[in-house]
Amino acid sequence: MSIIQAKNIYKVYNETNVPVNALNGVDLEIEKGEFTAIVGPSGSGKTTLLNIIGGLDLPTEGDIYIEGTNLKSLSSRKLIDFRLHNIGFVFQAYNLIPVLTAMENTEFILELQGVPKKDREKRAMEILETVDIADKKDHKPGQLSGGQQQRVAVARALASQPKYIIADEPTANLDSKSTEELLTLMKKMNQKFQTTFIFATHDQRVMDKALRIVTIDDGKIVSDTQFER
Amino acid sequence: MLFAIAWRNLWRNKLRSSVIFVSIAVGIIGAVFSGGFMAGMADQRENATIANEVSNIQIHNPKFLLNEEAKYMIPAAQQKVKEIKQIPQVKGVSLRLKVTGMAASANAGAGITIRGVNIGQEMKVSDIKDHVIKGSYLAQNDKFPIVLGQKLSHKLDLGLGDKLIITLSDSTGTITSGAFNIVGIYKTSNTQFDESNVFVKKSDLAKLIGYPVTVGNEIAIRLHSNLETPMVVDKLNKMLAGEVQSKKIIIQSWDQIQPLLKSMVEMMDYFSYLFLIIIMAALAFAIINTMLMAVMERTREIGMLMALGMNKRKIFNMILLETIFLSIIGAVVGVGLSILIVHYYATYGFDLSSSAAGLNAFGYSTRIFFRVSNEFYVISLILVVIIAIISGISPALKALKLQPATAIRENN
Repeated sequence: MSIIQAKNIYKVYNETNVPVNALNGVDLEIEKGEFTAIVGPSGSGKTTLLNIIGGLDLPTEGDIYIEGTNLKSLSSRKLIDFRLHNIGFVFQAYNLIPVLTAMENTEFILELQGVPKKDREKRAMEILETVDIADKKDHKPGQLSGGQQQRVAVARALASQPKYIIADEPTANLDSKSTEELLTLMKKMNQKFQTTFIFATHDQRVMDKALRIVTIDDGKIVSDTQFER
Repeated sequence: MLFAIAWRNLWRNKLRSSVIFVSIAVGIIGAVFSGGFMAGMADQRENATIANEVSNIQIHNPKFLLNEEAKYMIPAAQQKVKEIKQIPQVKGVSLRLKVTGMAASANAGAGITIRGVNIGQEMKVSDIKDHVIKGSYLAQNDKFPIVLGQKLSHKLDLGLGDKLIITLSDSTGTITSGAFNIVGIYKTSNTQFDESNVFVKKSDLAKLIGYPVTVGNEIAIRLHSNLETPMVVDKLNKMLAGEVQSKKIIIQSWDQIQPLLKSMVEMMDYFSYLFLIIIMAALAFAIINTMLMAVMERTREIGMLMALGMNKRKIFNMILLETIFLSIIGAVVGVGLSILIVHYYATYGFDLSSSAAGLNAFGYSTRIFFRVSNEFYVISLILVVIIAIISGISPALKALKLQPATAIRENN
């Protein structure tokens, strides 16, 4: 069974006088363990689709199911709780909490989940070691490079043991070396823990590593290709 | 970790937070200073009134209070004085003969109250002896001595050694006069009192107006502590219940004799709190502004927290906690400094001698010893927390209105 099923998704933004149709009937299924990139030009709707898949936004029409749960049926409070326990996020601008250390940033999500202090310390430490940033655990984001911050962001996403991780342009602010390292790390996590990654990206280097590329244009999926790498 | 985030967020913009800390601290110091000053003034007025003018408790014949006619004496006054002296809380009891009359010199005349006192008794009740600035207080061996206030001496243009002619009505209602020798001039912080009250020996006054020396129309009672006044009034009302009920005597505490003073003391307390509330209300706007800025600057961060799954209650609490921390630091510093300032002025007094004349006309001393109750400090702190919570609500609600999907993309 697919983890994510997006059925006939439409999204219309009515924030201006002219309604904007961001998504025009998108159908998409994503299986566990996928390493999928959603690509397309600016304004194509890939971020909107990612937001809907990530439970940050709801479709105007159509339904989005995560392991059988229709996100549209959840109250806003339940949707927040659903995201907390099921979805991991990695953002373009890292978006770590600037006043917390790498360790605390990783632990924070576990605290929100209600994991006891001892367990979350142990788990956060293990994950920081896995993403190879344990030596910087007491550093605050401002003391880390972009690549290091993004590693901590990945650690934070992994810590919550989500069903899948949404990554919106995760390499956009990184240099080539950091991009390579981050992608290698994500790929390793994908292979080792069967973690599902879904990217929205422009970056060819991400596309080169993706096992599936969904291309979107004008709010519609125009191609969906699987790769053996 | 919510506490840690809220606390550390305070220090992200040190200058902005510091401005709020200082504003709150200065606000509290201002409120405490003015409160301490007003309470000190009220205390000083209350203490001076008790010490120099009315004592803690007075007993009269109720008819005397209507027109202050000397003939309405207290029955068995000397016996009462003896009994009252036995009450442990009582420091002194003085039986007085109080008569109104006219004082005249070659230049002027003035309506006055003549207080005929038993010197030994009066010394334990009134502090006038300590306020004699020229000459000396009444002495047993002096012949027809009189001590008058500086203001009256100026008005009548009389000095030490001069004779003061007093005209008053005697026990039969006939107008009579007596010449008294000025042996002392006193000055209290209340020029109105100084202008209209003179002290003579009760025996001299009684002889002049034809009463036995044993009688009196006022018993003044001074206590060791003013806090015991209500309790001693109760005790006296029980002790002298028969005469009180039959309206032969009336027992009054200082605040019943001077209700205006009592209400002024209470009003000072009220104003202290009012002032504190006004300052805090003004500060609330500064706090709201600071926190709104903090929320707006952190739109993306708050959006990220929402995206990750931090629920609205926690976001709300985080902003509120930050507001409380922001306010409480200033409050603690403010209260700490206030305690030191109040302690200094409570010990050494606040000098207002530059406006002595004006203050004395209203019965105030020129040195004010501050008083601030612990309750005032505690209420200040509680008020700051309440103001912080109220001020935090608007920024916190603003944070809750953010949509994570759009907030994450804010460029801040």
